[in-house]
Amino acid sequence: MAQDRIRNFSIIAHIDHGKSTLADRILELTHAVSSREMREQVLDSMELERERGITIKAQAVRVEWKGHQLNLIDTPGHVDFTYEVSRSLQACEGALLVVDAAQGTQAQTLANAYLAIENDLEIVPVVNKIDLPQADPDAAAVEIADLIGDSPDHVLRISAKTGQGVEDVLDAVVERVPAPAGDAEAPGRALIFDSSYDQYRGVVAFVRVVDGSFSTREPLRAMALGTRFEAEELGFFTPTRRPSRTLEAGEVGYVITGLKDVSRLRVGDTLTSETRPAAEPLPGYKDVKPMVFAGLFPTDSDDYPELRDALEKLKLNDAALFYEPETSQALGFGFRCGFLGLLHMEIVRERLEREFDLDLLVTAPNVAYRVKPPHGDWIEVHTPADMPNELEEVEEPYIKASIIVPKEFVGAVMEMNNDRRGRFDHLEYLSEQRVHLTYELPLAEIVLDYYDQLKSRTRGYASFDYDVIGFRPGKLVRVDVLVGGESVDALSLIIHRDSAYDRGRALVERLQKEIPRQQFDVAIQAAIGARVIARETVKARRKDVLAKCYGGDITRKRKLLEQQKAGKKRMKQVGMVEVPQEAFLAVLNLEGEKK
Amino acid sequence: MTRHLYVHLPFCAHRCGYCDFVTVVGRSGQHGAYVDALLRELALERELLAPELETVFLGGGTPTFTEPSALERLLCALPPAGELSIEANPETVTQELARALRRLGVNRVSLGVQSFRPHLLSALERVAQPDTVRRAFYHLRDAGFDNISFDLIYGIPGQSPSDLEADLGDALELGPEHLSCYELEAKPGTRFTHAHGDELVRQADAMETYFEIVVERLTSAGYRWYETANFCRTPDGADRPDLRARHNLAYWFGRDYLGLGIGAVSTVDGRRWRNTPRLPAYVTSLAGGLRPERELEPLSLDVRRRERVMLGLRLDEPLRVEGLGDVLDAAALDRLQRLGLVDRSGPTLALTRRGRMLGGGVTADLLA
Repeated sequence: MAQDRIRNFSIIAHIDHGKSTLADRILELTHAVSSREMREQVLDSMELERERGITIKAQAVRVEWKGHQLNLIDTPGHVDFTYEVSRSLQACEGALLVVDAAQGTQAQTLANAYLAIENDLEIVPVVNKIDLPQADPDAAAVEIADLIGDSPDHVLRISAKTGQGVEDVLDAVVERVPAPAGDAEAPGRALIFDSSYDQYRGVVAFVRVVDGSFSTREPLRAMALGTRFEAEELGFFTPTRRPSRTLEAGEVGYVITGLKDVSRLRVGDTLTSETRPAAEPLPGYKDVKPMVFAGLFPTDSDDYPELRDALEKLKLNDAALFYEPETSQALGFGFRCGFLGLLHMEIVRERLEREFDLDLLVTAPNVAYRVKPPHGDWIEVHTPADMPNELEEVEEPYIKASIIVPKEFVGAVMEMNNDRRGRFDHLEYLSEQRVHLTYELPLAEIVLDYYDQLKSRTRGYASFDYDVIGFRPGKLVRVDVLVGGESVDALSLIIHRDSAYDRGRALVERLQKEIPRQQFDVAIQAAIGARVIARETVKARRKDVLAKCYGGDITRKRKLLEQQKAGKKRMKQVGMVEVPQEAFLAVLNLEGEKK
Repeated sequence: MTRHLYVHLPFCAHRCGYCDFVTVVGRSGQHGAYVDALLRELALERELLAPELETVFLGGGTPTFTEPSALERLLCALPPAGELSIEANPETVTQELARALRRLGVNRVSLGVQSFRPHLLSALERVAQPDTVRRAFYHLRDAGFDNISFDLIYGIPGQSPSDLEADLGDALELGPEHLSCYELEAKPGTRFTHAHGDELVRQADAMETYFEIVVERLTSAGYRWYETANFCRTPDGADRPDLRARHNLAYWFGRDYLGLGIGAVSTVDGRRWRNTPRLPAYVTSLAGGLRPERELEPLSLDVRRRERVMLGLRLDEPLRVEGLGDVLDAAALDRLQRLGLVDRSGPTLALTRRGRMLGGGVTADLLA
């Protein structure tokens, strides 16, 4: 189709502001999906997405509207997935910025709006849920107009739920979003903005054609990695895959590559024709750097190869996921994985468990640290075990937290941020009732339970987003946990010096309760280097006998002994101490639960 | 040839809540028929037994509850043995019974005392009162028994460490030759466990203290702690009789034994079998001249060696490691030696005192 008849756009919104419902209505209205096929959140095809009501993976679907081809590229709403949003936005010329008429602008509304502005997108502001009794569309329209520097009259007012105003949204997309402006005659260039893996057909790339055109069976090349392959099939989503002979400049669709090795294609790379290659690739994405790390171990060590394969597959769908093998004496073979944030971590874990049927053990998350040993260069450390004992300098990642709350909660939020080593940055009234606060905080302070705490201290009213703003020096120490004098690698943690004692104490006390009594006294210690900061003892057992044994029950007693033996074999060995895996789990859980 | 015989007499006046032995309550008309069946089984297995036995043990149930003429018929028919032991409940031990047992050749009585505290006896649903126990003991002494054993139980709902001290004191005052002290094993899902749930948990926490009290108190009173749960007097004097339970020692030394009666287990020539626990089936088969229905368990050499270690380490005598093949884990042995739980000296292996207190886990560790 001619480019002036094409519109590529995304919907961006804070979580639960109605992005997926609006996408559903658009599909219905354009007959892309019959009402019989209609089920809620058609675009959210992952089971997990529908269940949690969030969008994780970008999806692209082509619809027809009044003689135009509209490509709707869905985006996730959560802060952890900013990189997915920015990938989607680079494939678009416009974005619908959706705000809940009752809740107004929220933290992710801001973050997403700024992203769209950075990407030079035409923003079409939409106030949704105007049918709700507590809706205040005028106030929401003023807020959103303020935010993007537009007039409140220009803001569309709709109810995606009832369908009211959705046609106007489609008209506005056609009228306000610019047509793509690539060179249809130039050598082909297509941006890979996402990918997935089809077990029969290999890697499927989701692309936005910028210049030229591509056709089936054409030999192609991924410019950054140099990977060559033939386009087995081209097509677009309706939302199911529909093959097409060609993809033209301005169009959005998919390419089935036939590549079986997921590492040979990278999201952000540019596809071009092998026979008539482009000179320059398209500007790629900023490389996303994982900031939160945790160890993932199969509960059953036999599942290690399955976990490795699963991570490899997930990585294809999830460019931000990082992993490298890790061995822990306590937990066996696994992987140290890097995530963008906690939700990302949770999503990866759940996908591994559901889609790959794995039982996983996840260690307490920590952030990335930059460390300078006394006589060496700066290194980045992803796991406490790698943290050198002697440190000259340590730096930890800082974030700028953006929090929007009703004004009565400002005090509570400030107190909480101060407790977490936060530095106040800025306060601004968005309206008479609502305040936008910004704080600078160590990322480590938010990886555990920050968001839950924030929600509970503001009775659920606060919204939150953050940006990593770089590394800063911190007074950090490594706390080791020793069982019977042996350090348990999986339980080491890096922590601010002021919290080391309390956390060490809590860890040691918990572990003391979880480690069964042995044939000898077992010291449980928390230590910074050689200095012990907390100690408990698991007293030796004083009796461990089979009460009686005579001719009639020798067989049964022998079997009891064999069971006892098998039980001992299942234990993890820390030096001479037998520790049940559950003990580690309980302690790691504690790490996840409390500060 | 098997030199040890066990005979099971399952009848009881009443089934105590905690009991998990094969017992039969009531059916007093069947005692005679059951003894007939026992004697038929004995005849069928006679060729397994040596002409002269070292030990015969009559266990139950309550052997002394068996109808007297039936019991007498049985005792008369059994092959002669150096030690002839019988289990007795205190309330069944009258002067007549004590004399009759003695007359019929019984030379050792194991008295089911369990406790001397009325509230604990009632928690165990025992019929006897403390005085019944004492009376039974004196009847036995009067009849000439110079080898009497008490069974005591600890960890009873409502028990305290001082209750246990008092029980041990009362037992020592009577001065039996032998004591067996067991922790109460409440089986999950039983009426008893259901009735005493939380209290049993509290008692379980106290078990190690109880065990220490038992070992400490009896050994300091001069008793030999010769097996995990068994103690005997070590008299001075010229003949210095060995007062250990010889029949039970046979189990712990891994000797062969023949068991007669319902639920009875035999281990002969590397085979183990258990008779049906069902009284009617047992009686019917034998009335027809057939062996009762049995559950068979072949014992491999490896299993026999493991049992040898498991049983042998319960004793205070060193275990000879010769012939045990590769069932011992050398690394575990080293570790346990370093922990002071095991003594390895030349061809033998023995547990230290603390090693014996932890004997279950130590044995599990030692077995490869």
